[in-house]
Amino acid sequence: MSIKKTSLYATATATTLALTLTACGGSGNSASGGHYDKNATVEIGSLYEPQNLDNTAGGGQGVTEALNGNVYEGLFKLTDDGKTEKLLAQDYKVSDDGLTYTFTLRDGVTFHSGKKLTSEDVKYSLEKVIADDSQSARKANLEVIKSIATPDARTVKVTLSQKSISFVYNLSYVWITNSQAKNLKTTEDGTGPYRLDKWTRGSALSMTRYAGYWGKAAANAKAVFHYYKDATALNNALATGAVDVVTGEQSPDALDQFKNNQNYKVNDGDSTTKLLLAFNDKAKPFTDVRVRQAVSAAIDDKKLLESVWGGYGKLIGSMVPPTDPWYEDLTKVNAYDPARAKKLLAEAGYGKGFDFTLDTPNYDPHPTAATFIKSQLAKVGITVKINTITPDEWYTKVYKNHDFTATLQEHVNDRDLVWYGNPDFYWGYDNKQVTRWVQQAEEAATTAEQTELLKKVGRKTAEDAASDWLYLYPQIVVANSKLSGYPVNGLNSQFFAYDIKKKS
Amino acid sequence: MTRYLLRRLAFLVVSLALASIVLFVLLRLLPGDPANALTSVGADPEQIAAARHAIGSDKPLPEQFTHWLGQLASGDLGTSFVSSLPVGPEVASRLNVTVPLTLIAFTLAVLIAVPAGFVAAHKRHTWYGALLSGVSQLGIAVPVFWLGMILIAVFALNAGWLPAGGFPQDGWSEPAEAIRSLVLPVLTIALVMSASLIRYVRSATLDVLGSDHLRTARALGSSFGQAMWRHGLRNASVPVISVLGIELASTLLGAVVVESVYALPGLGSMLATGIAQHDYPVVQGVLFVSTLAVLLIGFAADLVQRIIDPRLRGRLSGGAR
Repeated sequence: MSIKKTSLYATATATTLALTLTACGGSGNSASGGHYDKNATVEIGSLYEPQNLDNTAGGGQGVTEALNGNVYEGLFKLTDDGKTEKLLAQDYKVSDDGLTYTFTLRDGVTFHSGKKLTSEDVKYSLEKVIADDSQSARKANLEVIKSIATPDARTVKVTLSQKSISFVYNLSYVWITNSQAKNLKTTEDGTGPYRLDKWTRGSALSMTRYAGYWGKAAANAKAVFHYYKDATALNNALATGAVDVVTGEQSPDALDQFKNNQNYKVNDGDSTTKLLLAFNDKAKPFTDVRVRQAVSAAIDDKKLLESVWGGYGKLIGSMVPPTDPWYEDLTKVNAYDPARAKKLLAEAGYGKGFDFTLDTPNYDPHPTAATFIKSQLAKVGITVKINTITPDEWYTKVYKNHDFTATLQEHVNDRDLVWYGNPDFYWGYDNKQVTRWVQQAEEAATTAEQTELLKKVGRKTAEDAASDWLYLYPQIVVANSKLSGYPVNGLNSQFFAYDIKKKS
Repeated sequence: MTRYLLRRLAFLVVSLALASIVLFVLLRLLPGDPANALTSVGADPEQIAAARHAIGSDKPLPEQFTHWLGQLASGDLGTSFVSSLPVGPEVASRLNVTVPLTLIAFTLAVLIAVPAGFVAAHKRHTWYGALLSGVSQLGIAVPVFWLGMILIAVFALNAGWLPAGGFPQDGWSEPAEAIRSLVLPVLTIALVMSASLIRYVRSATLDVLGSDHLRTARALGSSFGQAMWRHGLRNASVPVISVLGIELASTLLGAVVVESVYALPGLGSMLATGIAQHDYPVVQGVLFVSTLAVLLIGFAADLVQRIIDPRLRGRLSGGAR
């Protein structure tokens, strides 16, 4: 699943006080040559401190950002542009019935503790994700695993209970951990290009280049993640050179000071975070397709995006972000058209409009979006009552109890269109055909077949206005111009530090 | 005096015990489940139940409470639900930031406020006396985070003299860096605190200036300085000290704002994170230590007042009650 757990403290009120700050100009602008310092320390600024260091024990978004690919590696990795590549798996074979995967492990891989990687460690790590007490976000996806065999030290044979074309992709989330490691919430034993140096809670997490790494050594000697609770403090750190790069800007307010300064580069990448006006498709009046279409057509998404993000971000017409393989441009479906909205409402018997309550999480951008939606829908006769709730209340009231009419929520993950195939999901979209397509897609023999089926799902849910997808967030990475090789898309909150080169 | 001390100490222990019950219960009354913070949003009921069991929040409340008290009695603040790290050492490492920050800022504020407040009272009819009063009035209206942002803009972003925030990862083992990162936060707190202190010092001084005993002392031939030194200072400092105690305590607790503006890993930011994550042991631990600190500060202020003012001694410990 895929909903962002934004901590309340991450956005302090201080950010709303727009102070125009002039960044310091004119420090060393050495644009010459491709030389970089192999022993540099890269200082990374982030708002997401890990809760603990174990991604099967509720480590949160921060632990993925800091440790995925840097300290821990999977059999596969998800690259910054959304491709799945082999990592600790040197090769793999799938049986004809699609149920048995045989992985050959890369030779000469050692854990940071010095122990050699064996098939036992892979088995242990997979079982850890699907264990009863696992808090992994991928537990549900990987429960198709029926059995794991280890015929020899370099071979792992996994049997599935049903076909799963996403299996290999899902494995990119599974850290391969030393089966004998202890205290993984506070220490680590992975195979990545860095080993954990020190984690100072509330402040920073540092990692140093691992000399025994099996692959290409990291392009810098040390990477330090510095954690901030407040976006202004984070931007100040970048402006004063305390950090070299910011993993993701949360508002466009501070960008001007960096955009007009040649010492910095502002990268506008593709995120996978979508802002949704999610209807309860099982609650009146949103049981009626025409009402959902009318609401979608009555809201000017472009204007909303402009007011929240300035010139950044993209419009989307479905749950599918451009980095998913089954993306197609569906912005024309139920596009902004107030006249059509009124017509649809009249057809549905709501010519005089109606009232509904919008459960709105209390952190940005939800309150802004709610106010905007309220004013837009007033123009077609719909009265919106904004009900502000905390993330906890949202989780209990909306997500667990389905006790809502409509809500706002950001969904961060890639490939999460498939939730429309689950009629028990919180938004209650129930279309037998779509459910079947999603199932068939998962059991498809080829990715081409899977892509084709999921495109159908995307189109059908868009036409049905299953939800209103307001916009796609931008992924903005701002870096000092001395830096190169950093990821710009940050898919699934990953931030690979090992390719970052820093000029001295 | 011994009887007073014993009574005061008993009061401290009882307050602490009451406070610990209140904070334990209040925390449990808050909406939300700590297991939610641990699990990903899509967690199924089994995952949530497993999380509850792992942190012990599935046990009955009295059992959780006695468990916590038992730990406290042996000097253990428990283990964080979220990070699995012991709370005690983390509180200690956070105090390494918050205590120097608060104490230095407090000392600085007193050093600014006492002379300034005195001058504002004694020279209230001159232009600079009036200016001092005016500036202190203005200073009270300034929000801490706003002043912080201004100082950052001037001294860190524009001048580049000091860091805009953060604290060295190795803490005080890099003393120069640690001190540099505390300069602006200390200044922020000290300026805001001294603004309100100036007013108290000023009004306390005014009271003394208009008092009969000072006039009598002057009439008996003391110079203004002598009279002030021997009779005025003592009398003026009694109300100021009780305010100082309150100011120090509220600065300690209010450091969260400054810590957030300057990204300092202090006690306040630990509390804020703990609350957001429903990490009961962390919240309880921080609040317990803060309560203890506030009670101790109150105790100290009381004690100092009694030493300064013999009238208080007579009234409370003389067995009159």
